[in-house]
Amino acid sequence: MADALVSSSPTLGNQVRPAKLRKKRLFVPAVIRCASLLACIVLWYLASTNKWNVIVNFENVPSPSAVCQAAVQLVSSAKFQGHLLSSVARVFSGFGCAAVLAIAIGLGVGRSKLLSDLLMPPLELLRPIPAVAWIPLAVLMFPNPEESMVYITFVGAFYPILLNTIHGVSSVDSNLIFASLTLGANRVRVFSDVIVPAALPAIVTGLSIGMGNSWFSLVTAEMVAGQFGIGYYTWESYTLQKYPNIVLGMIAIGLLGMLSSLLIQRIAWLFMPWAKLGANR
Amino acid sequence: MKGQAGGISVRNAGISFLASNRVVEAVRDISVEFSPGSFTTLLGPSGCGKSSLLGAIAGFVSLTQGQILVDQRPVHRPDGSRGVVFQHHNLFPWKTVRGNVEFGLQMRGIRKAERQHLVDEILDRVKLSTFQHSYPGHLSGGMQQRVNLARVLVNRPTVMMLDEPFAALDAQTRLQMQEMLLELWNGLKMTIVFVTHDVDEAILLSDRVLVMSRRPGRIRTDFEVPLARPRTADQLTSADFNRLKKYCLELLREESIADEGASEGELVELQDLEFTERVNR
Repeated sequence: MADALVSSSPTLGNQVRPAKLRKKRLFVPAVIRCASLLACIVLWYLASTNKWNVIVNFENVPSPSAVCQAAVQLVSSAKFQGHLLSSVARVFSGFGCAAVLAIAIGLGVGRSKLLSDLLMPPLELLRPIPAVAWIPLAVLMFPNPEESMVYITFVGAFYPILLNTIHGVSSVDSNLIFASLTLGANRVRVFSDVIVPAALPAIVTGLSIGMGNSWFSLVTAEMVAGQFGIGYYTWESYTLQKYPNIVLGMIAIGLLGMLSSLLIQRIAWLFMPWAKLGANR
Repeated sequence: MKGQAGGISVRNAGISFLASNRVVEAVRDISVEFSPGSFTTLLGPSGCGKSSLLGAIAGFVSLTQGQILVDQRPVHRPDGSRGVVFQHHNLFPWKTVRGNVEFGLQMRGIRKAERQHLVDEILDRVKLSTFQHSYPGHLSGGMQQRVNLARVLVNRPTVMMLDEPFAALDAQTRLQMQEMLLELWNGLKMTIVFVTHDVDEAILLSDRVLVMSRRPGRIRTDFEVPLARPRTADQLTSADFNRLKKYCLELLREESIADEGASEGELVELQDLEFTERVNR
């Protein structure tokens, strides 16, 4: 019986791949990716040690080895870790508030014409204002710089999450809604059991774009108005002429941004095992 | 007792849609009775309003004229006692096979132990027990439609409507599915209203065939299929079968000659509009 079923489903048959084939499939791209990274570092090394000066001037750009030395010294220092921690804390509180609020508003606006008419005009009006442009007013509005910076990260994350949630909710396949109605679902269950899970992939897309934006906004805010944080640290290194530390700060920002996006993706897979299965095919 | 439920009475039903400021008449003045436990097929060219009529019996398309009674009660909105199987893939991609089948029972608030028992039983009937933990995205088209059947049948509907359910399947799988449907109907004895434009399918499956005219859809011919039951694929080549088939094909050909004014492209467009109409309700 089981044999007959498998033979009638070619997609299922393809899923079971020999382990060897799978290994090769993963190994070759990994080598190419590592080589690509390595080539960038080599290029950087050549440009900085030979002090290339063609349009872009590499004279003051620290070499990879100088940055490595700075990294070895600083990574274990409490001061550097403090900068990192305060940035991470700001991003997660700003992003967290944005996620909760934007998803809630997005779910409502996407389903209700009334809520959309009520909430969207002011939100649309404020949307073109980049988070960075909020910095002066935020500093004036909030009692201390800490809160104003959290607000800037909030603004950066809010819109991508909101817009993707609205899009996800309003583009739910109507066939799924019909199906649930003819299976006996009422309005509440259609919302909770069909619309929300169907919109989830779009919401996750919004969350990961929002996460990128909130790092971007935070770093700028820290450079302009901060006293701690990795953005502030990077700018301070410039004013103190500690050039290797600038690059170290930049790398730290890049890594933190990448790790937080990865975190979102992993958490999303916990909630959407079906999407993960689809992506691996 | 089960044999008594599921009688459908369509009285002077008319369905019109507003499509880009034009009123489109999909169905005109149809009156027809479906006796409990019968298997009836609506056969007609695409865009003849047969899906609209089906939607009206299901309760998600509203009548502009007349009324529809199921077991003497007028139909207002969809519910679990009238199940629908669509051609489109509309399984919930975020639920496993088992989760999809369980959905209707959950909506009706049936307790877990009983749900488990009912789901096991129906999965066994459609021969999907082995794949109960797979996601729909990993199943072949034929298996997906078996899940669809199971998801509707687990609710023990008194009426089951199928809208070209096997049209997207290859010939071999379609035959298997047709035989499975007959077997399920034989066991559960619900009233079936089946929509198709495939003459073979209509004759092989049903007790009675209603041939519909082009839009606005009316019932042109209503005839009983005198072939013996249980039906099998072997009958597709019998002399009686071929006589009926020839008769049906002639009716359909006359119908397409009778009204060549409407272009195919226009009809496709109208179908889409009809669909959005349903969604917005």
